[in-house]
Amino acid sequence: MTETSGRAPEASTGLSPATRDRIRRSKELYPSARSAVLPALWAVQDELGYLSPEGLAEVASELNLVASEVEAVSTFYSMYFQHQPGRHLIQVCRNVSCGLRGADLLLSHLESSLGVEDGQTTPDGVFTLEGTVECLGSCGGGPMIQVDRYSYENLDFERADQLLDEIRARGSKSGGVARNA
Amino acid sequence: MPEARVLTRHLGKPGLTTIAGYEKVGGYQALRQALRMGPEAIQAEVKASGLRGRGGAGFPTATKWSFLPRGVFPRYLCVNADESEPGCFKDRYLMEEFPHQLLEGVMIAAFALQVSHAFIYIRGEYRAQRELLEKAVAAAYQAGFAGNRILDQDWSCELIVHGGAGAYICGEETALLDSLEGRRGQPRLKPPFPAIKGLYGQPTVVNNVETLSNLPFIISEGGAKYAEIGTESSPGSRLFCVSGHVERPGNYEIAMGTTTFRELLEMAGGVWRGRKLKAFQPGGGSMQILGPQHLDVALDFKAVADAGSALGAGALVIMDETTCLVNVAMRLVDFYEHESCGKCVPCREGTYFERELMHRLEAGLATRAELATLADICANMDGRCFCPLGDTATWFVMSAFKMFPEEFERHCGAGHCPVRAGLEAAA
Ligand SMILES: Cc1cc2nc3c(=O)[nH]c(=O)nc-3n(C[C@H](O)[C@H](O)[C@H](O)COP(=O)(O)O)c2cc1C
Ligand code: SF4
Ligand code: FES
Repeated sequence: MTETSGRAPEASTGLSPATRDRIRRSKELYPSARSAVLPALWAVQDELGYLSPEGLAEVASELNLVASEVEAVSTFYSMYFQHQPGRHLIQVCRNVSCGLRGADLLLSHLESSLGVEDGQTTPDGVFTLEGTVECLGSCGGGPMIQVDRYSYENLDFERADQLLDEIRARGSKSGGVARNA
Repeated sequence: MPEARVLTRHLGKPGLTTIAGYEKVGGYQALRQALRMGPEAIQAEVKASGLRGRGGAGFPTATKWSFLPRGVFPRYLCVNADESEPGCFKDRYLMEEFPHQLLEGVMIAAFALQVSHAFIYIRGEYRAQRELLEKAVAAAYQAGFAGNRILDQDWSCELIVHGGAGAYICGEETALLDSLEGRRGQPRLKPPFPAIKGLYGQPTVVNNVETLSNLPFIISEGGAKYAEIGTESSPGSRLFCVSGHVERPGNYEIAMGTTTFRELLEMAGGVWRGRKLKAFQPGGGSMQILGPQHLDVALDFKAVADAGSALGAGALVIMDETTCLVNVAMRLVDFYEHESCGKCVPCREGTYFERELMHRLEAGLATRAELATLADICANMDGRCFCPLGDTATWFVMSAFKMFPEEFERHCGAGHCPVRAGLEAAA
C-alpha cells in the first residue's frame, strides 16, 4: 500500500474537512506531533470505516511522516481495519470469565442467527462477526458482546437476537454503556 | 470487616459524574488542599499511606515518584487506563462511576510531580468510557482544575485523554510510552526506567487508574488513616473484580491484608448454583492457579506470594467443579499468543507452539510425550522473555498442570475432552 506515499490523494477518496480538522486539532494537543498518529487514524476510521491507503497518506502528510511508517504503526493495533468490515462489528469475548459463563455457546448461536461463521460478514454487509478478541473488560457481565465498541452484558440468546434487531433497525453506530443489554 | 470504603465511599450519591455532584460530596477539596500543601508535603502524605501500585506489580507509589531526577523538566504523568488483564474490570468501573475522583487524583499527582502534561491512556475498546472521560476532562478545564494557572496558582498542566487501539501489551508501561509517541506499542529495554527517560525521553511516571483514585482520600483524610485500613505490608483498600462461576460477579472493595479469599467469595454470593469450588485465579489471567486449600489465604502481597501466586491486577476468577482446566489454560494461551507483540523470539515463537499444543491437548489429540514438550517450551520461555508478558504466558498453564496433572494426562490420546464427556455422561 506504500505506493500512495507522497502522491496527492484524489479529492473523491480523500477525507472530509471535519476529519482533517480533527487531525489538525490532535496534532496541536501533544508536545510532539507524532503522538497524534493514533488519534488521527481513529479520525480516518471513524469517517471511512477503515484505513484506506488515501487516508493513511493524508495522515502521513499532515504529521510529516512517510505513509509506509504510518501504515506500519496501524497494522500493530488490532482495532484498525485495513479493509472495510460490515457496517456493524460484533465481537464476542471468549476469554476465561466469559468462557466460564457460556461465551462459546453464544458465539455459535450468533453464527446461526446471522448465517455466518466467526470472522465473516453477512451478505448484506450489515454485520461482521468476530470471536477472537481480547478480554473486553466486562468479565463480571459475561457472556458479553461489543457492537461497534459499545458493551452489552449478561446476554442470553433471546436478548442477543433482540439487540441485533434493534441495531439493524437503528442503523446508526451510537450506543451506550450497557450493563444489561 | 472485610469491606472497606475508600474508592467507593461516595457510592450511591447522585450526580457523581458531574463536577457539581462530586463537589457536593466534598470533591476537589483535596486538590485545593494539595495545592496549599505543596509537592513535598503531598509526597510525604503518599509515603505515609504506604500506597502500592494497583496496576499489577504493587510497587510503592511514593518510592516510584522519588526516582524522578531533581530539576529536570518537562516531566510527564501517564495514567494507565489500558486495563486488559483477563478478569479485570475495576478501572472501567472507577472511570464510569467516579470519573472526577480519578481526575482529582491525577491532578494531585500532576502537581506533586510538577508535570506539564498528564495523559490518560485508555484502551481502544473502552469507547463509551473514553467519551465519559472526555466529557469530565472538558468540565475540569472549565472549572479551572486543568489547563493554565490551575486554581489561580502559578502552575499549569494539560490533561489529555489518549485512546489506544487494541493491544494488551500497551498496558506495559514502556510499550504504553511508545504507543503514546505514535509508534508500534512494543516494550523498551529497561533501564533506563521511565522515571529517568520516559515519554519523549523525559522523566515520566506511569500510574494505574486505581492507584491515583486513592489520592483524594489520602490527602483529605491523611496517609496514616489510609494505612490503618490494611496491614503493614499491604496497606489500604483495594477493588477486586470477581467473575466466573459466582452468584454475584462484580467489583468489591475490601481491606487489604486481612480479608481472605473465602470472605471475598462470600461477598460475591459464593460459588454459583450451589456447586463446589475447583480452583481460582487470584490476580487475573497472568497469575498462577490456586485451589480450595488456599481459600483462607489473606489478600496480602506476601501471603499470596507464599501460596505460589500473586494478586496481580486484582481479579478473582472462580472456577467450579465442572470446569476443564485444560480448556481454561487453552483460552489463556490463545490470548497470549494473540497479544504477543513479536519483539522477542521466546515469546513470539513460544506462545505459538504453546497454542498449537494446547489446542491438540484440549481436543484429546496430544500424546504424553507432548505434555513433556509443553513443559519444556514453558521452561524455555519463563525468565527468558523481553518483558513479563512472555513469562506470564506460561504461569497459568504450568501451575494448573502441576496442581491437576491427572486432568492434563487424561486428555492425552482421549480423542475428546474427558471432563466435558464426563459431565455429559452424568447429565
Ligand atoms: C503485559 C503487561 C500488561 C500490563 N497491563 C497493565 C494495565 O492494563 N494497566 C495497568 O495499570 N498496568 C498494567 N501493567 C503494569 C504497568 O507496566 C505498570 O507497572 C503500572 O501501570 C504502574 O502503575 P502502578 O505503579 O500505579 O501500579 C502491565 C504490565 C505488563 C507487563
Ligand atoms: S515477551 Fe512477548 S510481549 Fe514482551 S517484548 Fe517479547 S514478544 Fe513482546
Ligand atoms: S473475560 Fe470476557 S470481558 Fe473479560
